[in-house]
Amino acid sequence: MGKQKSEPSTAVADIAACAPEWTEILRQMIFIRRFEEATEREFRKGKIGGYLHVYSGQEAVCVGILGATKKQDVVFAGYRDHAHALVLGSDPGKVMAELFGKGTGVSKGKGGSMHLFDVEHGFYGGYGIVGGHLTLATGAAYALRYNKSERIVVCYFGDGAMNIGSFHEAMNMAGLWGKQGMCPVLFVIENNGYAMGTAIDRHSALTDLAARVNAYNIQSEKVDAQDVFAVRGVADRVVSKMRQDGKPYCIEAITYRFSGHGAADILQPYRSKDEVEKQKHRDPILILRNRLAEMCGLKDEDVKRFEDEAAERVAAAVKFAEESPAPEPGELFTDVVAEHGPRPVAEDVSE
Amino acid sequence: MSEMSYRDAIRAAMMEEMDRDPNVLIMGEDIGIYEGTFRITAGMLKKYGPQRVIDTPIAEAGMVGTAVGMAMLGLRPIVEMMTVNFAIVAADQILNHAAKIRYFSGGQVDIPVVIRGPHGAGVQLSAQHSQSFESFYAHFPGIKVVAPGSPADAKGLLKTAIRGKDPVVFLESAALYGMKGEVPDDPNFTVPFGESRVAREGRDVTIVSWGRMLQMSLIVAEKLAKDENVEVEVIDLRCLRPLDMEPVYASISKTHRAVVVQEQWKPFGPGAEISASINEKMFDELDAPVARVTGEDVPMPYARNLELLATPHEEHVIAAVKRVMYRE
Repeated sequence: MGKQKSEPSTAVADIAACAPEWTEILRQMIFIRRFEEATEREFRKGKIGGYLHVYSGQEAVCVGILGATKKQDVVFAGYRDHAHALVLGSDPGKVMAELFGKGTGVSKGKGGSMHLFDVEHGFYGGYGIVGGHLTLATGAAYALRYNKSERIVVCYFGDGAMNIGSFHEAMNMAGLWGKQGMCPVLFVIENNGYAMGTAIDRHSALTDLAARVNAYNIQSEKVDAQDVFAVRGVADRVVSKMRQDGKPYCIEAITYRFSGHGAADILQPYRSKDEVEKQKHRDPILILRNRLAEMCGLKDEDVKRFEDEAAERVAAAVKFAEESPAPEPGELFTDVVAEHGPRPVAEDVSE
Repeated sequence: MSEMSYRDAIRAAMMEEMDRDPNVLIMGEDIGIYEGTFRITAGMLKKYGPQRVIDTPIAEAGMVGTAVGMAMLGLRPIVEMMTVNFAIVAADQILNHAAKIRYFSGGQVDIPVVIRGPHGAGVQLSAQHSQSFESFYAHFPGIKVVAPGSPADAKGLLKTAIRGKDPVVFLESAALYGMKGEVPDDPNFTVPFGESRVAREGRDVTIVSWGRMLQMSLIVAEKLAKDENVEVEVIDLRCLRPLDMEPVYASISKTHRAVVVQEQWKPFGPGAEISASINEKMFDELDAPVARVTGEDVPMPYARNLELLATPHEEHVIAAVKRVMYRE
């Protein structure tokens, strides 16, 4: 049974802090932030439609955990999913094109912001029904173990997903299957303190979220997820353990979202400007940058270089999206099912 | 050919596929040690072990959701619903996930999940355990809805479902589990989806049906032939999605009269869809409005006499046939 840590872990990862990997991580986090800012701009310009949920402020969760996983691992996420695709290696142009609703998008323009999908890079989707994908991730982990694989599943979801039935059914089944070493799924709670606009103490009877999964025989711990060192340290340890024992594990990553819930959440009546400003002092990019400057001699010009490079890559992604064609009208009818009947009705076929 | 019950045909289909393909597994409530409430899975745990015959908690969303995740990673899970009524608990997993992931991913994954179980009215099971769901599921693009009306079709269609790449809701008529019929022994016998068939030839009236109502319609057809000299052609849809209407149209161009027989409620049911399709395509061929025989528009009552009043019977079908022939 999991021992519940009541205080978030802030331990520095057991990895030489000045390894070049850490500057690479900083570079990656800066790129994600600039990418997300660009999506907000393009949304306001009307280039991106529907809903848009950006990851600004939460970068260390995604980057810290996916740094510990391998290429063959399987990742599921909720609808705030741009960072996950980018970190896994999806082409930024194709991600932006998906948001623009273009045929060159990662999901052929059929999914949009909430349904990025890139199986080639291990990304099995962003999902739009809160908590719905937790059961999928649990089954995927069973399938990996069923085929004697050492791959694991990482499943991201917000604190708001923990109150829906699917969460409880997924946790119970993962806990059960984990007893036989058949469920290596890492549940990552991206606890940004709000279920959309409902603060955690208003949506969750027990606000110690990591403790809740212990009820399902799943071990857990909390981590200060504005500190990417801490996240990575936990992830490295947990992921290698899971590959061995095939059991689920849960990390409550305590983080904060700087932007609104979605692009339409402008007034944000559920939190004060002061609160947001205060949290910005704990910007995960700032924390990493300061630490690298202090400990590893990171210079301002290095950061400037990362910034310029990010701006360039984001501009290229926007250009690619902009110039890409809309999906062919015939795409309307493809991918509904794999196989039609021998006598499909006329409007069911695009060929 | 062997004589086999509808129940045994379903079990045979699953076991043949599990023998053929190690990626096929089955999960559900009390399907292993208990061997299934309808004993469809009898002997399976012993033969295939607990990793392939998974007793789940009572958690339908969990069962279907995990099955979808397994399917995305290459397995071919069969989910047994103790009754299809309980699958409503998993509606989000079936309709919002299984049915749509292929589309919103731009076709990056297959979702070979079969959700199967007993369906339709039983005997005094009352409101929550007696429902029919054809229109509920067949409304949604991205899933297939199958309703076999004979042991041979139960086997052949289930094998097609298990071998396919798409999610399938497989509606078994609980009332037909004991029905016997000739079933091909060939382990490669399958029945393709989307091929309605002529179950009985006739010249006067076309009856369109599936599942248990198909069997009732066939009995009615024999009675009408004997007693009234009316030859009914009976079309077995077998699948509600994909829906093959061609044999229906071909039949109506001969009979010019049609009756749709369904167990479920009339409003927005499959009969409405079928009737509308006939009107769109065959309006000039019709000599009478398409008639619908359906269950009554009430939750299923418990009392046996009320239950019998709520479900369609032979006399309703006979009356409808006479009505479209203007013989009332």
